[in-house]
Amino acid sequence: MQKRRVVFNYPPHVVEQPVISKLVKDFDLTVNILRAHITPKEEGRLVLEITGKRQALEAGLHYIKELGVEVQPLAQDVKWYEDRCTHCTACVSICPPKALEVNRTTMEVSFKKERCIACGLCISACPYRAMEILF
Amino acid sequence: MAKSIEEINEKIKKGKVVVFTAEEIIDVGKQKGVKKAAQEVDVVTTGTFGPMCSSGAYFNLGHTKPRIKLGGGKVYLNDVPAYTGLAAADFFIGATALPEDDPRNKIYPGRFSYGGGHVIEELVSGRDVRLVAMAYGTDCYPRKSLETYISLKDLNEAVLFNIRNAYQNYNVAVNLSDRVLYTYMGMLQPRLGNANYCSAGQLSPLLNDPYYKTIGIGTRIFLGGGIGYVVGSGTQHNPNVERTEKGVPKMGAGTLSVKGDLKMMSPKWLRGTSFIGYGSTLTIGIGIPIPILDEEILEYTMVRDEDIWAPVVDYSESYPQMISEPLGWVNYKELKSGKISVQGKEVPTSGLSSYFKAREIAQILKEWIQMGKFFLTKPVELLPSVDSGIIFKPFKERPIKKR
Repeated sequence: MQKRRVVFNYPPHVVEQPVISKLVKDFDLTVNILRAHITPKEEGRLVLEITGKRQALEAGLHYIKELGVEVQPLAQDVKWYEDRCTHCTACVSICPPKALEVNRTTMEVSFKKERCIACGLCISACPYRAMEILF
Repeated sequence: MAKSIEEINEKIKKGKVVVFTAEEIIDVGKQKGVKKAAQEVDVVTTGTFGPMCSSGAYFNLGHTKPRIKLGGGKVYLNDVPAYTGLAAADFFIGATALPEDDPRNKIYPGRFSYGGGHVIEELVSGRDVRLVAMAYGTDCYPRKSLETYISLKDLNEAVLFNIRNAYQNYNVAVNLSDRVLYTYMGMLQPRLGNANYCSAGQLSPLLNDPYYKTIGIGTRIFLGGGIGYVVGSGTQHNPNVERTEKGVPKMGAGTLSVKGDLKMMSPKWLRGTSFIGYGSTLTIGIGIPIPILDEEILEYTMVRDEDIWAPVVDYSESYPQMISEPLGWVNYKELKSGKISVQGKEVPTSGLSSYFKAREIAQILKEWIQMGKFFLTKPVELLPSVDSGIIFKPFKERPIKKR
């Protein structure tokens, strides 16, 4: 079994098609929608965690790409601007998956992209605008 | 054997000064013993880097041709209003000032993405800032409006002037209510979802000189990456709070008023800051050298995070309603571990003051002294201490009767 966090970018013509149900029924994938933002006739974005057998996952993502949906790893969409970060740690207690973490010896904050679920809580918590979600 | 500031400065000049940070001195003092360490160590450097709202900067623009009297008129820097109740070419901008068209909390929670603190950061970064001024015009100052770019280097004076900074200890903020709170202590999650603190603890300047035996008017300091001076005690300076046996205040106590030449400072240590739902401010780096004049002063600088206790305060009810009973006490070692216990519940902690940056400041100040670039000053007068008789008064309201 494999787990992947991805962002789907929908072109307008795919928005009204049932896409996720296909992934579940035809490819036997478990899909957890973390965030969704789709408006009719406009582009849509979906943040997902997809779990399934490796081959099924590849096939499912291939099917999605064939439809014209752009797929990219979630990590690319969440940015931590290290130069703006003051390492105050305001973000660490509100980050649910502990993607923003502090080394307790150095008290230095770091961002573990692969853990991020793009919930956006850090965007509000950071007084220095060091976090950005392109979403 | 007591040392004097003059003797320490002589050692700095000769490159023989012995300096440790307030973090390093804890072990150094323990290993050498207080007596020996007090003889050998000359200076302990402290540091803090946190949001400090009572900050601002004043400027002198130079005189325009024809002249304009900004005093009594209006001045905006990147749309943020400055204070003009001064002479013709002077104005002051406060860290929490907001553009008049900022929606504030009308769209709750407001973002407060740009304010006076951000203007100061931009100026210190060397960037151009838009100045728009309106004046009423006089015989000697006929001009009525001005729209121009300004930058720090063009101004005659640019001075950071803060009336309350570097709080000696502070509250730990929690939220007992059922909804998210947006406070100056950050976002507080409901039902004790998190706890936010704001002090550098064992590195914090005033916690290393708890009775203000070395810090006073004229103390030379690291301020915003440049050199500044302590002007005196800050507003709300309150030495008479409950203290531990070692003299460490158990809540917010002393404060500092500081100033320094903005032109010498760096945006790395002066950062525009936005607290969602609360407002904008300025985050400042301050470092203060403590001269080790005797054993008592050395012992104060050996204070550890576990010796410094802070009150846990509910910001849903107690803080806004001025109810002073804290939910409990925690120390900074616990706070920095990432979790504390409040009312039997484990609560994750976050800082608002950067310990990482505080350490860097103490280190920089140490290097400045070792390199002979920074000399200590003897204060003209020490800050008022526990014998000063200061009583911190809450506001006494005397409502005006409507006729």
